[in-house]
Amino acid sequence: MKDLSAKNVGMIYDVPKGEPVHALEDVNFDLRGGRLLTLLGPSGCGKTTLLNILAGFLAPTSGEVTLGGERIEGPGQDRGMVFQQGALFEWLNVEHNVAFGPKMNGVNKEAIKPIVDDLLNTVGLSGFGDKHIYELSGGMQQRVALARCLANDPDVILMDEPLGALDALTREKMQGLILKLWRETGKTVVLVTHSVEEALYLGDRLFVMAPRPGRIDRSYDLPFAEAALGMEPRELKASAEFIEKREEVLSLIWEMEEQIMGHEGA
Amino acid sequence: MPDFDPDASSPSTAWLKRAFTGADSTNARKTVTFGDAAAVRSLPLWSFLSFVLLMAIWYVVKIGGDDGILNDRTFASQKDTWDAFLLLASEGYRNITLWEHTSASLSRVGQGMLWGTVLGVPIGLAMGLSSKLRGFFDAPVELFRPIPPLALLPLFILWFGLGDKSARNLLIFASIWIMIIAARAGVRTVNLSKIRAAYSLGASKPQILWRVILPNALPEIFTGFRVAVGVSWGTLVAAELLGTSTGLGSMIFQARNFFRIDVIIVGVIIIALLGVLMDIGVRFLEAKLIPWRGKG
Ligand SMILES: Nc1ncnc2c1ncn2[C@@H]1O[C@H](COP(=O)(O)OP(=O)(O)OP(=O)(O)O)[C@@H](O)[C@H]1O
Ligand SMILES: [Mg+2]
Repeated sequence: MKDLSAKNVGMIYDVPKGEPVHALEDVNFDLRGGRLLTLLGPSGCGKTTLLNILAGFLAPTSGEVTLGGERIEGPGQDRGMVFQQGALFEWLNVEHNVAFGPKMNGVNKEAIKPIVDDLLNTVGLSGFGDKHIYELSGGMQQRVALARCLANDPDVILMDEPLGALDALTREKMQGLILKLWRETGKTVVLVTHSVEEALYLGDRLFVMAPRPGRIDRSYDLPFAEAALGMEPRELKASAEFIEKREEVLSLIWEMEEQIMGHEGA
Repeated sequence: MPDFDPDASSPSTAWLKRAFTGADSTNARKTVTFGDAAAVRSLPLWSFLSFVLLMAIWYVVKIGGDDGILNDRTFASQKDTWDAFLLLASEGYRNITLWEHTSASLSRVGQGMLWGTVLGVPIGLAMGLSSKLRGFFDAPVELFRPIPPLALLPLFILWFGLGDKSARNLLIFASIWIMIIAARAGVRTVNLSKIRAAYSLGASKPQILWRVILPNALPEIFTGFRVAVGVSWGTLVAAELLGTSTGLGSMIFQARNFFRIDVIIVGVIIIALLGVLMDIGVRFLEAKLIPWRGKG
C-alpha cells in the first residue's frame, strides 16, 4: 500500500478584487497506506482545498503532495473521488455509472460485467443495475458513487462530505458501509466531514483543522474504527471513551469558532 | 378509491364531474386551491369545449352562405373548405397536389434543421468550452441572432435565386443561432464535480466531451431544437409566399391571387396541424431520448 504525504503544502487563492485567501499554510503529514483519515474543522478551514489538492484537481501554491513517493500532478486513477452529490451521470443507469471507469480504460464488456455485479453486491445494490439515477434515494446514490469509484481499484479514496446530504438514519447505515469497505479492501481513505461523531467513529486517524490560515491544528490516532468491528455502533458511540473524545474535540472546535467570531466582530 | 369525493351525486356521474373540475384523489381534500399552480393542468374536456366553440363560431358566421355575417370573398364555409381539401388532396391546385406542397415544405424545414443543428451544436459546444472561441464567435452570434430571417429573404433570393436553395439557407440562418446558444448553455450546466469525477476515472479529453459534456448538454440542446423547429416553420411558410413555386406558403399565395379563400383556409389549417404535430413529435423524442430531464 502506498503512503500519502504532504510536505509544506500551502494554498493561496488569488481573489480578483480583494485580498488573497490563505486557504492552507504549511500542511505536513504522512499517512500510511491503508489508513482511514478523517478531516474535521470549521467551515472555511481548507478541508475541500486539501482534498482537491490530493485528488490533483488543484496544484498547491507551495509544497507538494505525493502518493507512494510520486508527486501528484493531476487527477489519476490511483485516487478515486466521491463527492457529496451531483457527480453521478444521470444519462446512464446504475450499471453504466459503475462501469464508466473500466469502460474509459477500454476494458471489454465481458470483463466489466462481473466487476460491476460484484461491486453492486458489495454496496448492497444488486438488482438495481438497470435503474436510473433519478429513481434512487440519496443514500442509494452515494452507494453507486462508492461502487463507481471502486471499479478502477484505486489506492486512495477521497470523500468530501459524502454523507452530508443524507438523513441521520441513512447516514448511520452508510457509515457502516464505509467502514466495511475500508476493512475489506484495505484501501487508504481520506474523508471530510462536518460531524464530530462521524469523524471519531470512522477515522482511525483524525486531523482537526483550524482556519485563517487553514492548517492542521491537532492530530489524533483513534481506536474506534477498529473497535467498531466487534461492537454495535450505538453502543460504541455511547461508551465513556467515545464521549470523552467527542467533548474534547467539540470544545476544540468551539474555541476556534469563537475566535472566528471575535475576529469578524473586530 | 373508496372514500374519494363523498359529495358526488351518484357513481354514474362522478366521472363527468371529475372531467369537468379536475378534482381527483390527490387534490380532493385540499382546502387551498386558488394559487396552487402546480396542481393546474390542461383538462381535455375544456379543450374540447373550446374547439367546439370555435367550430360553432365558424358555422354561425357562414349561415346563409354569401349573405351570412362574412361573405364568400372574406371567408369560406366549412363545407366549401372540406370540398377544397378533398380536391386539393386528389387533383391538387394548379397541377400541384397538396401532398407535393406539404412534402416540399417539410423537406425544407428538415434540411434547414439538419444543417442548423450539425453546424450550430459544435460551434455552441466550442463556445462553451473555450474562452477564446467564446470570444471569437460572440461577435457574429450576437450580431446575427437578432436579425429576423425574413429580413434577409430579398438578399438570399439575389444570392441563391428563387426556390429551394434560398428557402433552405434561410432556414439554416433561422435555426443555427438558436442551436448555438442552446448547446453553449448546455455546456454551462455541467457540474464541475462530474468532470472531475470522470477525469479521476481515467477519461481522456475526447471521452470527457463525448461521454460527459455532450450527454449533459442534451436537454438544453433539445429545448433549442424545439424552439428552432417552431421558428423555422413560421419562417418557411412566410418565405414560400415569395420565394418558391411549391410549398404550403406558395400554395396560399397563389390561391390569394385567384380569391380562393377556401384553398387559403385549407393551407392555414394544415400549417397549424403540422406545427402542432412537429412539436408533439419532438417532445416524444425528448421523452424517449432524455428520460432523466428535469429529474436531476
Ligand atoms: N476558488 C476559490 N477562490 C477563492 N477563495 C476560495 C476558493 N475556494 C475556496 N476559497 C476559500 O478558501 C478557504 C477554504 O475553503 P474550502 O472550501 O477549502 O473550505 P472547507 O473547509 O472545505 O469549508 P466547508 O466546510 O464550508 O466546506 C475559504 O475561506 C474559502 O472561501
Ligand atoms: Mg468543503
